[in-house]
Amino acid sequence: MREIKTGAIVDAVREMCIEANRELPADVADRIRAGGGAEPWPPARDTLEKLVENFEIAHREKIPICQDTGMACVFIELGQDVHLSGIPLAEAVNEGVRRGYAQGFLRKSVVADPLRRRNTGDNTPALLHVDIVPGDQMEILVAPKGFGSENMSRLAMFPPAAGERGVKDFVVETVKMAGPNPCPPIVVGVGIGGSFDRVALLAKKALLRPLDRPHSDPYYAAMEKELLERINALGIGPQGFGGLTTALGVNIETFPTHIAGLPAAVNINCHVSRHAARTL
Amino acid sequence: MTGIEIGAPLAREEALKLRAGDAALISGVLYTARDAAHARLIELLDRGGELPIPITDAIIYYVGPTPAGPGRVIGSAGPTTSYRMDAYAPRLLDIGLRGMIGKGRRSPEVIAGIKRNGGVYFGAIGGAGALMARCVTAAEVVCYDDLGSEAIHRLTVKDFPVTVVIDAHGNDFYEIGVRNYAEGGMKP
Repeated sequence: MREIKTGAIVDAVREMCIEANRELPADVADRIRAGGGAEPWPPARDTLEKLVENFEIAHREKIPICQDTGMACVFIELGQDVHLSGIPLAEAVNEGVRRGYAQGFLRKSVVADPLRRRNTGDNTPALLHVDIVPGDQMEILVAPKGFGSENMSRLAMFPPAAGERGVKDFVVETVKMAGPNPCPPIVVGVGIGGSFDRVALLAKKALLRPLDRPHSDPYYAAMEKELLERINALGIGPQGFGGLTTALGVNIETFPTHIAGLPAAVNINCHVSRHAARTL
Repeated sequence: MTGIEIGAPLAREEALKLRAGDAALISGVLYTARDAAHARLIELLDRGGELPIPITDAIIYYVGPTPAGPGRVIGSAGPTTSYRMDAYAPRLLDIGLRGMIGKGRRSPEVIAGIKRNGGVYFGAIGGAGALMARCVTAAEVVCYDDLGSEAIHRLTVKDFPVTVVIDAHGNDFYEIGVRNYAEGGMKP
């Protein structure tokens, strides 16, 4: 049994909220740079050059890459041999978010009630997911998620007969419907299988995998590649002004499902596809 | 950065000259408003009240900036998605609003309002908030301070980079750009 004080979680989450909002992960930055080099279409090339300039300014001036600093999605993998001491885990995570968003001059974008819409003023609560895993360590990942892209996401409960083709068409159709709204070039997270609730989480988790790491199953790795090609053939382009680079990557995550079902979810992320991780 | 230099507020005759696809640099005064501020403005109009901003020829920027850090005028300040303001925009266009800056598609009702009034819809680069913040030389809250980032701000901007997305004639660069790209033309 290893003891982790939840105060350490507060500090880690605080740091990661700030870092994730200022520093674009290298895999995403590389794809944006590469996209600009490959674009024949002037508005697309110009947009991608400005996006590179933008994340370089954010890094240099220590300000957020985007003004939508998101809801804080926090994923924890907690080793079952860890004993947590101190304030409760969820409180520790929220305190980290509270401090990070205040001290990092990040936008407070959370309303306490979805219909009555009063801002909580500190960007809490976080969207916390905890998985218990073997071992005596704790992995924390913070992914601030903007809602321009979140709003363009979709979920469908297909019959099994829809098959691979039905799911792939749904993904491409979702991106086409979103058009310029989610700030292309986008990252596309696809969940397939599980249940109504699980498939959305799979799609969210798919966004966390580095873009240069294809699915471990060659069948799905090929599907990711095919979907990226089909999406970029749509010609929506950066900001929706036309071009090659509509998506930077497509990641798929799957889970076993029921004999009667084929759930599919598409979670769209903008080009500011952010996250930071720490091991305690 | 290059583009047609335009001022804000923007006169109708100047707006009429702009064409979908034009790059423009805006200098002058912009007012910020997003969902919550728009709802309040419309409610105010419904009650017969007077708007807290000079609406004639005004350009509204759909943005909720991040708080300004020490020594800064403003934090990150890129556009938010515009369709959420579609329910409100035609009403404001009809009472003098000239331009809107945001990102993403607009409804047929908004496009009709733009044509009817000689307005213009500009796209700023979504997600390039750090870059656009550099063009803001002054920022102050005008009203609705309780909305935090969603309060109406008066921004003074210099060479703020935008693309004309929907012009006063109803041309939409989201359609034209994608079509021209697909047809292999290398001029937008």
